[in-house]
Amino acid sequence: MNIASTPVPATGNATPAVAGAGLAEKVSIRNLEFFYGDNRALKGITLPLYTNKTTAFIGPSGCGKSTLLRVLNRMYDLYPGQRATGQVLFDGENLLESGVDINLLRARIGMVFQKPTPFPMSIYENIAFGIRLYDKLPRAEVDARVESALRRAALWDEVKDKLSSSGLGLSGGQQQRLCIARTVAVKPEVILFDEPCSALDPISTAKIEELIDELQEDYTIVIVTHNMQQAARVSDFTAFMYLGDLVEFDVTEKIFTNPGDKRTQAYITGRFG
Amino acid sequence: MPGVALNETTLQASQARSRAAVLQRLRSTDATFRLLTRTAVLAVLALLSGVILSLVIGSVPAFRAFGLGFVGSEVWNPVTEQFGALAPIYGTLLTSFIALLIAVPVGIMIAFFLTELCPLWLRRPIAIAIELLAGIPSIIYGIWGLFVFAPFVQKYIQPALIDTFDGWPVLGTLFEGPPYGIGMLTAGFILAIMVLPFITAISRDVFEAVPAVLKEATYGLGCTTWEVFKHVVLPYARVGVIGGVMLGLGRALGETMAVTFVIGNAHTVSASILQPGTTISASIANEFTEAVGDLYTSSLIALGLILFVITFIVLAIARYMLLRLQQKAR
Repeated sequence: MNIASTPVPATGNATPAVAGAGLAEKVSIRNLEFFYGDNRALKGITLPLYTNKTTAFIGPSGCGKSTLLRVLNRMYDLYPGQRATGQVLFDGENLLESGVDINLLRARIGMVFQKPTPFPMSIYENIAFGIRLYDKLPRAEVDARVESALRRAALWDEVKDKLSSSGLGLSGGQQQRLCIARTVAVKPEVILFDEPCSALDPISTAKIEELIDELQEDYTIVIVTHNMQQAARVSDFTAFMYLGDLVEFDVTEKIFTNPGDKRTQAYITGRFG
Repeated sequence: MPGVALNETTLQASQARSRAAVLQRLRSTDATFRLLTRTAVLAVLALLSGVILSLVIGSVPAFRAFGLGFVGSEVWNPVTEQFGALAPIYGTLLTSFIALLIAVPVGIMIAFFLTELCPLWLRRPIAIAIELLAGIPSIIYGIWGLFVFAPFVQKYIQPALIDTFDGWPVLGTLFEGPPYGIGMLTAGFILAIMVLPFITAISRDVFEAVPAVLKEATYGLGCTTWEVFKHVVLPYARVGVIGGVMLGLGRALGETMAVTFVIGNAHTVSASILQPGTTISASIANEFTEAVGDLYTSSLIALGLILFVITFIVLAIARYMLLRLQQKAR
């Protein structure tokens, strides 16, 4: 983490727009509203996601943090009756518009899910599958990309001798790292983590957190988590959400040491949530 | 107080007695119940072995007369009393194969559309319509096949096939000859319509069992619907789909009425699928009433035994595959 290099907002009472000012915005969420049918799940969210920084979304269950994450790669498109209004600018382009190539978008904004989701194929194929979707490469090059992706996910040493066995045979933590390797292999620019450690034991969790820390050198990372220590450990910026509102967005250190809003204070000290 | 103590003992004794009586009654009811369940099971088993036994005994004269050559001979001549099962076996397997060739891809595509792409409000109506297909009595398929579908095939489909593949090495033989309308291809078409609901229903169930998060993960890599289907949904559901196909096959192999109407009932083995043929069940249904002589009857019963064995093998494979699917789901 390199919080030290992050310009700390000048005033103690920072508004969301000011925190991290001066950094490049990879994604800019502007006045985003989201609806499940008639139910408004996100209420006018405006939030920057800074390039090569890790942003954590925290808040009690049902506050809309996972919903917000699923807007970013338009996963909600799969389900009828779900829609979003407002703007989500990704490198300046509104990804909510209907003309956007969703397949390309999802390749550029990868996602790691709450439960490990290895595909029903071998470990090697789990990674090579995504690579082959976009590039027609000779076998040797695919091999190299598979290896580098697995190394990136700190899984290579554990699986290099059994690449052809099923991905389903790995432990939960290994499966989750396999999914991270799979996401990385497609060369995304942004990686979304949806509670990536909630189904894992503490040791696996520590490994994933370490990994996220390394990955942010090259990727813009967003992580949804219920675990506040985790948010404090891995993120540079934190957004606290409550009942579909963005309550507070700031440098992580400030959110956890000197929150500007009473509700944030109450949540991080465990008084509700 | 001794009086009270005495009272209590009598009370306890009488309670014990009445409890023993109740228990006795319950025990006899239970014994009867257990006996009834056991009898029901034994009855079914006896029935099954009775059927098998009478098939075997009934087919003994035919096998004694023709040996195992019965299975490999094409001749079927009631006048000279020469019988062979090759033509019906060939027709049975070929029409079922054609049926699956058509019904499997169509059924799987319908199932995928229903689970993934179909708007919610349209799902139930379509599913019900397909289940209704399964509910239509086979005699109706037979009538429709003979009076509506066969003339249509004769006028449009068969001439087109004959013209298109005329002179081709293998396909030319496969689609050769005059367009009769009825024949093995037509029977295959009708069977395809009949097994479609089975394949669709089971495929839909197993596609629905694919975890949503797995599909999301695949979409999340940037996959198209086709890629998600090909690389994740189908491999995940493969075993279940195969089980469904096998159940459909079991139905196709044994289907009698509709096939009898449209297959032409000719005891010949022809390379062209446009030609008339026969199936095991169609032969039996057609000829049992006119089977005079023990050998003729016995040959038909032997056909039945062969069909029973084929169907049994298919169903056993289907069960095994579905079992493996359940174990995997656990």
